[in-house]
Amino acid sequence: MSATLDKGVRVLKEVIDSRIASYFSSCVHCGVCADACMFYTETADPKYTPINKLEPLRRVYEQEYTLLGRLGKLTGLSKPLTDAELGEWQELVYNSCTLCGRCSVVCPVGNDIVYMVRKLREGMSASGNAPEGLKGAVSRTITIGSPMGVKLPAVKAQIKHVEADYGLTIPLDAEGTDYLVMLSSMEIMNFPEYLGAIAKIMHAVGKTWTLSSEAFEATNAGMQIGNSDLAKVIVNRIVVAAEKLKAKTVISPECGHAYTALRWEGANLIGRPFTFKVQHIVEVLGEFQAQGLLKTEGMETDKLTFHDPCQLARRGGVIQQQRNLMNMVAKNFVEMPDAGFMNWCCGGGGGASAIEEGEPLRLQAFAVKKRQLDAVKPDRLVTACANCRIVLEEGLEHYEMELPVIGLTELVAEHLPDPH
Amino acid sequence: MNDLAFLTWVRGTGLDIALGIFVLGIILRLVEIYSLGAKPDLSAPRATPGASGWHTIWRRFIPNDGAIKRSPMTYIGGTVFHLGLAIVVLLFAPHILLIKNFVGFGWPGLPSQIIDLVSVITLATMILVLVDRLNKPVKRYLSTFGDYFTWAVTFLPLLTGWMAVQHLLLPYTLMLALHILSVELLLIVLPFSKLFHAFTTFSSRWYNGQVNGHKGVVV
Repeated sequence: MSATLDKGVRVLKEVIDSRIASYFSSCVHCGVCADACMFYTETADPKYTPINKLEPLRRVYEQEYTLLGRLGKLTGLSKPLTDAELGEWQELVYNSCTLCGRCSVVCPVGNDIVYMVRKLREGMSASGNAPEGLKGAVSRTITIGSPMGVKLPAVKAQIKHVEADYGLTIPLDAEGTDYLVMLSSMEIMNFPEYLGAIAKIMHAVGKTWTLSSEAFEATNAGMQIGNSDLAKVIVNRIVVAAEKLKAKTVISPECGHAYTALRWEGANLIGRPFTFKVQHIVEVLGEFQAQGLLKTEGMETDKLTFHDPCQLARRGGVIQQQRNLMNMVAKNFVEMPDAGFMNWCCGGGGGASAIEEGEPLRLQAFAVKKRQLDAVKPDRLVTACANCRIVLEEGLEHYEMELPVIGLTELVAEHLPDPH
Repeated sequence: MNDLAFLTWVRGTGLDIALGIFVLGIILRLVEIYSLGAKPDLSAPRATPGASGWHTIWRRFIPNDGAIKRSPMTYIGGTVFHLGLAIVVLLFAPHILLIKNFVGFGWPGLPSQIIDLVSVITLATMILVLVDRLNKPVKRYLSTFGDYFTWAVTFLPLLTGWMAVQHLLLPYTLMLALHILSVELLLIVLPFSKLFHAFTTFSSRWYNGQVNGHKGVVV
């Protein structure tokens, strides 16, 4: 056994808990999870059945934690994991799984399959079997500060541009504000209008807010690759900044996995509860709307539909707010089949969009999004995740569909009166 | 050994051994699984009505929208044969009598004609479910020896029991002895195979509901 394999197996042994033991003991190979997975439905290849993606983890569970499995291992009847097998499983654990969690909500025996994929990634990453694209993203986040290599000067340059464009001040490192706003590098590089929208909204609702020069990047490639030690380093930057600036609430940007990393995994990664609140921007906007603070003007008249980011809706429990916001600014808001809780993933979540060699499969799986969109034929597609947005744009281009994709926050901001 | 001696053995020593392995096996497996423990979630919880482990235990009895249409045999066949097995095991008068001997109380059974009908339906459904497993690419791909073996050890007690009552193929005494022997095989296999889902399905649903319920997600 190689040193890396040994390390991987050791990590897998550590992550196995009573939940995983119960899940593996319950699976009857009914295959229902396959129909929930876009990588199976669009390829019809049974290897993409979600429970099959967990085979290395199941083997370790059986051989280490069950009497029969241990006997099998002792007698040589049950073969130990090999480097080659883990290498072979990389495509199944990363490229063809976006951690969308549809499988977990359909399993008749109740198995939380996505919970197990997240844990299996810990062992895959420790044994060196994570995809190169994700390894690069993690290393850039650790050394430079963001997965796309964005540094503070780039953020400051964006701040200047946005301040000039919107005529509003973007606070940096202000203490004791209501909100500390986090960004994703995708927003800094590709969608600066998000920052402008935040400035406009905060101005309109009269809340104080700030960016932090020490923590502006909320995405967490450490979580996506499955390395809790690195995920902790990344999340801890935000915790330190939030506590130093005494922010009451940290706002997770329009990025699904940043929300999961910060809102649900964060406290568990650092080993203590947060001293501040974490909300996704859509939750914050939903609160402003419910409190009557968002006094929007005018309505969009073209046909709009909404793509629910998996980590926000199915994995994060934020489902109604985005609909209330859409209905506030759009006269012709239509829902795609399966929208909301059971929405289909864009195909690029969970780090999948960072894996270059996974692109052909991703585009094939996008066919399900195409069907969803074809069913309602919208004029524009709205979402609340910068990664979804990029992946959707790539998919739409591949299928030659003319459909602009916009962010919900900027759509809401467009309907607020001009500050001047 | 003649038929009667065989029957006496399976009813006595055989049953004792099987029940012993069954009970010890269940205890061992439960300890194996739950002693692993699970870490508490330190993130701030979000309460949503209907989001909890208990809710999910019940909710997963109801298939998701469109699920029956996508895999009819899994849901309809699965439900029919599980219910059929429960009816035959728990509501056949001789079974109730046997249970009464063990626990000291019983309950009214169903007329034997109804048990006959349920047995035939359950046997037929189990065959259809097996055919589905062999025909559907995903199921065939996932299936291992364990899946077919556990199907067989579940099917045999039902088949031999029905044949004994119907006086088919073999003399009644011998068929009854084979029936009890097949039940003993089932008892021995259950804790150590995927048949153990009879126990863990409930905790799996609970864990899933609890982990997601913490986030305010109704699963």
